[in-house]
Amino acid sequence: MAETILKLENIIKHFGENTALKSISLEVARGEFLTLLGPSGCGKTTTLRIIAGLESPDGGRVLLEGQDVTNLEPNRRSVNTVFQSYALFPHMNVEQNIGYGLRLKKLPKQEIAQRVQEMLELVQLQGFERRMPDQLSGGQRQRVAIARALVNSPDVLLLDEPLGALDLQLRRQMQQELKGMQKKLGITFIYITHDQEEAMNMSDRIGIMNAGEIVQLGTPDSIYERPNSRFAAGFIGQCNIADATVLAEENGLLRLRLGEGEVLASGSARPGNTGALCVRPERVRYSLSETGGFALDGTIREYSYTGGTLRTTIVADGGVQFLVTDLGEDDERLAVGTRVHIYWDPKKAVLVESGANADE
Amino acid sequence: MPMNSRKKGGVPLAAVPMYIWTLLLVAIPLIYIVGLSFLTKAQTWGVDLNFTLDSYRKLFTPSYLKVFGQSLYVAVITTIAALAIGYPFAYFTSRLPKRARSLVLMLIIVPFWTNSLVRIYGWMILLRSQGVINGLLISLGVIDSPLKLLYNFGAVMVGMVYALIPFMILSIYNSCEKIDWSLVEAARDLGATRMRAFWSVTVPLTMPGIMAGCVLVFIPSVGLFFISDLLGGAKTMLLGNLIKNELLVARNWPMGAALSVAMLLMTLGIITLYKRMAGDKELEGLL
Repeated sequence: MAETILKLENIIKHFGENTALKSISLEVARGEFLTLLGPSGCGKTTTLRIIAGLESPDGGRVLLEGQDVTNLEPNRRSVNTVFQSYALFPHMNVEQNIGYGLRLKKLPKQEIAQRVQEMLELVQLQGFERRMPDQLSGGQRQRVAIARALVNSPDVLLLDEPLGALDLQLRRQMQQELKGMQKKLGITFIYITHDQEEAMNMSDRIGIMNAGEIVQLGTPDSIYERPNSRFAAGFIGQCNIADATVLAEENGLLRLRLGEGEVLASGSARPGNTGALCVRPERVRYSLSETGGFALDGTIREYSYTGGTLRTTIVADGGVQFLVTDLGEDDERLAVGTRVHIYWDPKKAVLVESGANADE
Repeated sequence: MPMNSRKKGGVPLAAVPMYIWTLLLVAIPLIYIVGLSFLTKAQTWGVDLNFTLDSYRKLFTPSYLKVFGQSLYVAVITTIAALAIGYPFAYFTSRLPKRARSLVLMLIIVPFWTNSLVRIYGWMILLRSQGVINGLLISLGVIDSPLKLLYNFGAVMVGMVYALIPFMILSIYNSCEKIDWSLVEAARDLGATRMRAFWSVTVPLTMPGIMAGCVLVFIPSVGLFFISDLLGGAKTMLLGNLIKNELLVARNWPMGAALSVAMLLMTLGIITLYKRMAGDKELEGLL
């Protein structure tokens, strides 16, 4: 991995009685696209504001390029932000908005004009120089906000749900463009969103945040395939999550009691421990004859076909409900009420939050 | 349908009383004043019905021009002082927590419930030789003999700014409250110091309030007469004083009317200028 450009060390932030950030530590590599993903109120925006210097932490340090910038004013950090509301200056036209940071640096007029043009080209807004922000569409404002932040060539660009206000189609297009710009410029992006699909699409790494903590940090694949908590499993994609008890360890896998059945999964736990079994709907199989070495039976309750995906709900003995998705290619579906064996590839299911007292 | 008449450009029925009201209280007196200004002063009392431009001609004599100049000077100084004090006041008020904000605004508005003349008498009590301020300074041993605080230009300015500053504060407060503070944060984020962000973002965004406040302070300060009478000892002759004198003391009604018309035109000129610069309808409900 490339060198670290930004480092957060045990950042703590309180707002009155509320703890916004419990203890955030994070290392971001140069040129990385890192997404902080979480529900509203999880502290992701506060984290971003602390990096930008718009909020000062109650504890911990922010290091940029190895320098402690914790107490540095926002104007003295080589970090720029694309605000959620865009925050374009309404009394300046597009050109003046984009050139604002350069004018502050007192660069020669010609150079400012040239770099503003480069930015307009990058965000494909040539010809809009004289427009005022209120004469632009949401997508165009978004582009101006990005250009205004990028023109300063910051070490790190912070983006606070920049696409939240755009409609779905435009959002998809902007996702592509943003990713493209990021690769082209090689600037480190820290991106905030509550949209898990957006996070999966764009990021090199994702940090899932909940209640003021980063609960899991990793590549999109690893987070999807190996969630480390109920929250992470449930927040990204769909997941079957069920309480299970460890019976034994077999060949590096765990044999679990699940309802009235026995299943296999990966994970590290001791016999007697309890935890949450997470298995993605597309990993679950069912069959009349095959057992996959499992001892879990259930009854097909219902089907629903949603264009390309067949969703089958199966209730396992003991009451645990499984959602199974497949392409629905079988010519004959088993009738609702049919008794089937349920199984999966044990390496694709994981037991999380396991412990002797997991219930507490 | 009465509702449709408005769309067609007709006069809605409900507005008729308002038009009668305006006619009686604004249009008729105005026509009366304008008419009066073209008549001749009668030897004894009132006016003779002889058309003349004499009153207007007299406006351009040095003694009258001097009063215009003095009035404008006082108005400009009053406006600048009110802006210099009012802006920071309004700015910081708008950033207070909600409860404190309402309290401060309340404190600004409460004096309006009292007659302004009474409040100016209050200033006399504070400023006069045996007044509160001199008494306090003497008892503290800061000074030996009372300072001359009353009946001078400074006292007039204090009274003017005091009387008119609420208009400035409320106008600017109104603008400050509407500011999207993320714009200031964006400026800071893009490299602006606090000062630079203030001058390049906050001030332009509060410009409508600044302009409205200046107009609302400037215009009445041209005409206010009792403040310079009471606090200035009638030594500072302003347009308002002059009009009052012409009408009540000299009993030269045409001259008083001509001065009023001149003041009205001046005011209209300023408002037109303001509207052209501000380019919005912010003041339409107020003036």
